[in-house]
Amino acid sequence: MQNIELTEDLFCPAETDASDREKISRPTRSAFQDGWIRLKQNKGSVIALAILLILVALAFLGPILTKYNYYDTNYKAIFQTPNAEHWFGTDKFGRDEWSRVWYGTRISLLIAVVAAALDLVVGVTYGSISALLGGKVDSVMQRIIEVLIGIPNLIIVILLMMIMPAGIGTLIIAMSISGWVNMARLVRAEILKLKDQEFVLAARILGTSNKQIILRHLIPNTVGVIVINTMFTIPSAIFTEAFLSFIGIGLQEPKASLGVLINSGFQVINSQVYLLFIPAVIIVLIMVCFSILGDGLRDAFDPRMRI
Amino acid sequence: MRKYIIKRLVYLVITLLVIATATFFLMHSLPGTPFDEDKISNLSQEQQKQVYASYGLDQPVYIQYFKYLKNIFQGDLGTSTLYTGQSVQSILAARIVPSALVGIQAVLVGLLIGLFLGIVAAYRHNTSMDYLTMVISVLGISVPNFVVAALLQYFFGLKWGLLPVAYWESYASSILPSLALSFGVIAQIARFVRTEMLTVLQQDYILMAKAKGISPVKILLRHALRNSLLPVITILGSITVNILTGSLAVESIYGVPGIGSLFVDTIKANDYSTILGLTLFYSAFYVVVILLIDILYCVIDPRIRLAPSKE
Repeated sequence: MQNIELTEDLFCPAETDASDREKISRPTRSAFQDGWIRLKQNKGSVIALAILLILVALAFLGPILTKYNYYDTNYKAIFQTPNAEHWFGTDKFGRDEWSRVWYGTRISLLIAVVAAALDLVVGVTYGSISALLGGKVDSVMQRIIEVLIGIPNLIIVILLMMIMPAGIGTLIIAMSISGWVNMARLVRAEILKLKDQEFVLAARILGTSNKQIILRHLIPNTVGVIVINTMFTIPSAIFTEAFLSFIGIGLQEPKASLGVLINSGFQVINSQVYLLFIPAVIIVLIMVCFSILGDGLRDAFDPRMRI
Repeated sequence: MRKYIIKRLVYLVITLLVIATATFFLMHSLPGTPFDEDKISNLSQEQQKQVYASYGLDQPVYIQYFKYLKNIFQGDLGTSTLYTGQSVQSILAARIVPSALVGIQAVLVGLLIGLFLGIVAAYRHNTSMDYLTMVISVLGISVPNFVVAALLQYFFGLKWGLLPVAYWESYASSILPSLALSFGVIAQIARFVRTEMLTVLQQDYILMAKAKGISPVKILLRHALRNSLLPVITILGSITVNILTGSLAVESIYGVPGIGSLFVDTIKANDYSTILGLTLFYSAFYVVVILLIDILYCVIDPRIRLAPSKE
């Protein structure tokens, strides 16, 4: 221990500025930035996001990288195993599997994203109208939802797919007709919770119009729930599309989606198993990454998780 | 309690009516007839009329609709056009055993393995066992069941030749489809039980039990597991959906003569009455299971109020 002599003149009052004290020392962060920062600390989510971005990039660039396109047949080169010319081999018509796989991934992603976006629009509108109007309108709208939720989703989708001609648009419509219910329920619950909170009352007292309250206060605060739910809707839409195409009522050849590819790979499981493996691995990667990213987002955006 | 159950039963009936109505009119707006175009055009006009009349297809749609509803209430689901001359309910009855066998086995296997993984993962929190469980559950939730089924078929059936695939002969034929279906169940249960157990293990009464010197295994099984098991009932609904949907693809892949493969076959063959019957059957099964689960949950856990509170 060192002995230091402490004398009175070593101490003097610190110079303070009253206005300085009130200054916000850190830059303000919006809820979104806050969530993003927390998401970045989650290694799994970052890796999942990176893999997803790579897959999306390949889905758009993949077919350009090779000189073959997804529908040109070549009967002299059927069932080739992966080689320098055809990177993923060729299928039963001699079509290049590399470009088919990435084209299929693009279609699967497109269907899923558009279906999820439609779910979002319908669900958010329905849910917020139901929550904001309340009373009789709300109870009628809720009764409708209670009936709809009793019907297994896939049954509705299958029935709709039967009466409409198979195609990308049909798949999207069929999935959105049954898919919005969950989102509507979540948004309604969230808005009902927010509606009676003090900041909304404050806004009302300050004379904010109903429209402004909805657009500026209520919807931004439900964004977390909406984003997270969408992250879980996309993989389930990918699954539904693949499932329908697999049992033969989704997209039809020569169009490709991951489901179509898995189905045609499954037909030749005996001899050309790579035709099953490649699309299967890609769909698994997409689903796993979305699932991990969804979990990560939920942790990042759920304010109750904040430490 | 009674009031709640009655209310739920009313909803159940309304839901089924909506489904029956929607399905009926959707089916009738379909292009084409349920008959093979080539074969029916070989018949004379007179014969064609007779065929339509014998299936009641010559009457206006609304009369067919009311007749259909009346028949449903009498337990008559109509006559199949794919399996000529057989009534839908008899086809269903013949097909239900393989489906039930596969489905029940899948749930049991899923419950056992899922519970085991969930408990071990929570007990050995943040160890390799825990991470393994998490990996299994993420995979099980994300990998589509038809991909699992196809891969299992490739490895067990074709590569190693261990188990029969694509035909239904002996008990051994039911193993692979059950395993393929159980994968998702294992994942859901393992993940759920793990989370529940982690919460329960932090409770004061667990600390108390530890302080009293009770052995860890006893604490786990007596005190922790019992309290974590209750909420598992709530995910039984989504497990049912999982199995029902999965059965469509998995049964078709393995050639199980069950309801799932029947549904896929009839969809491809435009067999109206069978599709109608199966849709109703699936929906009724689903709605009843959900109702039973809700009632069961209330009976077991008195803390849950039956009437949903006002939000």
